[in-house]
Amino acid sequence: MAAPSTTADAVLPPSSSAEDNYLTHDKGILSWILTLDHKRIGVMYLFSVMTAFALGGLFALLIRTELLTPGKTIVDHDTYNQLFTLHGAIMVFLVIIPGIPAALGNIALPLQLGAKDVAFPRLNLFSYHLWVLGACFFMTSLIISAADTGWTFYTPYSTSTETAVIPAAFGAFILGFSSIFTGLNFLVTIHKLRPPGMTWFRLPLFIWALYATALIQVLATPVIGITLLMLIVERVFGLGIFDPSLGGDPVLFQHFFWFYSHPAVYIMVVPGFGVISELIPVFSRKRIFGYKFIALSSVAIAILGFLVWGHHMFTSGQSLLAGTIFSAITFLIAIPTAIKTFNWTSTMYKAKIHLDTPMLYALAFLWVFTIGGVTGIFLAVMSTDIHLHDTYFVVAHFHYVMMGGAITAFFGGLHYWWPKAFGRMYDEKWGRFGAVLVFVGLNVTFFPQFIMGTRGMPRRYYNYLEEFQSLHQLSSIGAYILGAGFLLTAVMLLSTLRRKPDAPANPWGATTLEWMTSSPPPYYNFRETPVVDRGPYDGYENLVYDKKTRGYVEKKATG
Amino acid sequence: MATQPATSHVEKKPSGPKPLPAHEKDHGHAHDDHGHGHGHADMPFLQHHFDSPQQQFDAGKLGIWAFLVTEVLFFAGLFCAYTIYRAQHTEVYVWAHYFLDTKLGALNTVVLLVSSLTAAWAVRCAQLGNKKALITNIVVTIACAATFMCVKYFEYTHKFHDGLVWGGRGEKPIFGLKFDPHEEVWELPRFKHKHPEAAELAEKLRHAQGGGRHEANEAPAEGKTPMPTPAGIEDHPAHAAKPALAETPPNNATAAATASEIADMPEEASEPLRAAGLITEKGELLRYPPRGHVFFSIYFFMTGLHGFHVLAGIVVWVWLLRRAARGDFGPKYFGPIDYAALYWHLVDLIWIYLFPLLYLIA
Repeated sequence: MAAPSTTADAVLPPSSSAEDNYLTHDKGILSWILTLDHKRIGVMYLFSVMTAFALGGLFALLIRTELLTPGKTIVDHDTYNQLFTLHGAIMVFLVIIPGIPAALGNIALPLQLGAKDVAFPRLNLFSYHLWVLGACFFMTSLIISAADTGWTFYTPYSTSTETAVIPAAFGAFILGFSSIFTGLNFLVTIHKLRPPGMTWFRLPLFIWALYATALIQVLATPVIGITLLMLIVERVFGLGIFDPSLGGDPVLFQHFFWFYSHPAVYIMVVPGFGVISELIPVFSRKRIFGYKFIALSSVAIAILGFLVWGHHMFTSGQSLLAGTIFSAITFLIAIPTAIKTFNWTSTMYKAKIHLDTPMLYALAFLWVFTIGGVTGIFLAVMSTDIHLHDTYFVVAHFHYVMMGGAITAFFGGLHYWWPKAFGRMYDEKWGRFGAVLVFVGLNVTFFPQFIMGTRGMPRRYYNYLEEFQSLHQLSSIGAYILGAGFLLTAVMLLSTLRRKPDAPANPWGATTLEWMTSSPPPYYNFRETPVVDRGPYDGYENLVYDKKTRGYVEKKATG
Repeated sequence: MATQPATSHVEKKPSGPKPLPAHEKDHGHAHDDHGHGHGHADMPFLQHHFDSPQQQFDAGKLGIWAFLVTEVLFFAGLFCAYTIYRAQHTEVYVWAHYFLDTKLGALNTVVLLVSSLTAAWAVRCAQLGNKKALITNIVVTIACAATFMCVKYFEYTHKFHDGLVWGGRGEKPIFGLKFDPHEEVWELPRFKHKHPEAAELAEKLRHAQGGGRHEANEAPAEGKTPMPTPAGIEDHPAHAAKPALAETPPNNATAAATASEIADMPEEASEPLRAAGLITEKGELLRYPPRGHVFFSIYFFMTGLHGFHVLAGIVVWVWLLRRAARGDFGPKYFGPIDYAALYWHLVDLIWIYLFPLLYLIA
C-alpha cells in the first residue's frame, strides 16, 4: 500500500461541522444527482432502495391479502402471478442486493476505513445511475405487462410467456452491472485506500464483510449478466441453448442462474453479518470475541458459496452424485456461519448490554437468522428436500434468512448510522417499538409458513385447501404487523430530518473511525488523515458519556 | 459499460496549470490552502482522495484487473454454453464450420494481434513521454480495430445474404431473416477440398434426382414422403434470390427426396458420402447441418458481443487519442493508456479463443 509518509497534508477547512458538512456543502438538485461524494451517493441509494422496499412491501401485502381466502379475494390468478414475481424481483434485485453494500456501505465504508472517498467516485456515481436505469426497466415491465415467471426467470416458461419478460430481465442485467461496479470499487478501496496503521486485521468487521461481498459481486454477477442476456436473445432470436426443441437444455439455465444466485444470497446476507458484528460489540461495550474468526469466516462463506448452487436443483434431475456433493458442501457452510453466531453470543456474555434500537435489531437478527439458518440445513438434506422442495417451507426459510437476516440487519445498521449520516438522533422510544413490531410481525408471518410447508402447501399457488386457511390468515396478520412496523419506523426516521442537527459525534460509545469525525461528517470525512494504532473494538474503557453533548468522548486528551 | 474502467478513475483535466515536471511520486506534495483545500496544485491529474500518484495508479491498476476478471467471467458463460452444446451436438459444429470463412477469420486475428502490439507500444511511449510515437501507436490501434470491424461487417452481411442466421426457433423469420442457406454443404469449397469424392457424388445424386435447390427447400419435414418435383423451377439460381423468406417451409436440414436413391445404391458406392457424414441415420442426404442455425446463433452471439467490446475499445482509444494530442501523458502520468491497453489485450485474447473455437473446428 502506498501510504503517505506524512499526514499533515490532509489539511481541511477549519469551519465547524454544523455549518460545513457534506449535506450542506453544495446546494441544488444537480449537486446531488452529479455528486461524486460517497456519502451523498449512499444517501441517494438509501432513499431509492427504501422507495423500492415500500413498493415491494406493498406487493407483499397484496399477496398476503389475496391469500386470506382460497379462491379469489382481491385479484385474479394472473395478476397474482405477476404480483409475486414483482415482489420477489424488486426485493431481491432492487432492495436486498444493493441495500446494505450500496446504501449503508457507501455511507460507512470510507468513513470506517479512514479514507476520503471510495477509490473510483465516478464509477460509484455511475453504479447509482445504473441502478436507477435498471429500476426504470423494472417499472416498464410493470406498466406494459408485468412478468409472471417468478424472480428466477426459469426457462422454458420465461421464453414462452406473453408477459414482458425482456424489460424485467434487462433491468436485472443492468442492476447486475451496478452491483459489479460497487463491488469492484469497494474491493479496490479496501486494498488501496487504507490509511497509515490500518492493517488488514484492524479493519472493522463490517469492512471485512463488505470485502467478502465484493469478491462475490465481482466473481458471480457477470455470470447472471450473460445468462440474462442469453435469455433475452433466446426470446428474441431463438438462440437454442435453452430450448429443448432445438437441442438445448432448459436445466442449463438453472445451473447458470444459481451459479450466480446462490452466491447472491451471500451478497444479500454477508453484509448483514458485518452490520451485526459492528452492533454487538458496541452495544455490549466489549471487544468482539474471536475477531479473526469472524473476519475470515466471511471470506470462507464467500468462497464456499460458489460451490453449492446445485442444492437448488435436487429435483431438477441432476445426478445423484452431483446432488450428494452439493449437499455435503452445503452442510459445510453451516460451520463459518455458526462460528459467527457463537462469537456474537460469546461477545454478549457477561457484557453490559445497552438495549438501544440497533441492538434490538441485532438480537432479533440472532433469533430469526438462527431459525433461518438451521431450516436451511433441513433443505440441504436431499431426502428431506424432495418433500419440501417448492413448498411454503422454502418460502419461510428464505424469508427468515433474507427478511430476518438481511433486512433486520439493514434496519439495525440504518438506526445505528442514521445519526452519523444525517446528524440527527431518532426517537429511541418509537425506534424500539418499531423494532419489536418488526420482530413479532416477522415471526407471525413466516413461522406458520413452515408448518404449512411441512404439510404440503406448495409455493406460488393462488388457491389452497381450506385446511390451510387459518394458517394463511395468521401469516397475513403477521404481514400487516410487519407493514405497520416498517411504516412507523419510516415515518419516525423521516420526521427527524425536519429537526436541526443535534447528533453528537459518537452517540453510541463506539470505537470505529466513523465516530471520530463529526455528525454529519465534513465533505472530506476527516480533518486529518487518521493514523490507526489499535484494533477497531479496542478502547471502550477510554470513553465516557458526556451529558452536555449527549455523546461519548475520550476520558483524557487524545494520545 | 466497457468504457467505464478507463474513464472512471481519471479526473477530467482541470483548467489549471500544466503538470510540472518536478515532483517525485512518493514525495510529500503541497496543497493549495484556499478553495476546498483539497487540490493537488502541482499534479492536475491526481484526484483529491488519493495521497500520491502512485496510490492512484495502483488503485486504477487493481481496478482494471478486477474489471477484466468480470469480463472473463462474463464471456465464460458463453464459452460454457458453447462447450455444453458442442458436447451434446458435435455434428452441428462439425458441419457448420464449413460455412465460415477461415481466411477472413485469420486476417482478423492478425489485425488484432498487430493492434495489441501497438497498444503495448503505446504504453511504452507514454512512459517515455514520446508524444509523437504515442499518437502514432494509438492511431494504428484504432485503425486495426476499425479494420477488424470492417471485416466482420463483410462476414456478417455475407452470412445474412446466404441465409446463415439464427433462424428463430427454426420456424418463423425474425426481422425478415431466417436460417436457410443458399448453398448445399457439398458445394462449399472447403467441403470439396476435404471430401472431393463425396462432394462430387452428392452433386451427381442431386442432378440425377432432377431437383434444383429450391425443390430441396420445399421438401417436407424429415421422415415424411417427398412432394413431387414441380417442373419449371429447377436450376432456379438461388443466389440471385433474396434470402429465402416466407416462401420457405420449415424444413431446412435435410433433403428427404434422395433417401430412396441412396438406399438403392450399393454400399461401396455410397461410401464417400458416409465417410463425409453426409448421410443421416435415416439414409437421407444432408444439404446442411441439422440445427445449423443454433451454431449461427452462438456464432453471432459470441462474435457480436466481442465486436461490441471492440467498438467500446475504439471509443476509449479515440478519447485517449484526444488526451494524448493534448499532451496529458508522460512518465508521471500514463495510467489511462496502461488500463486501456490491458483491456485491449483481453479483447484480443477473447478473439484468440473465438477464432479456433468457431472457425477451425475439425
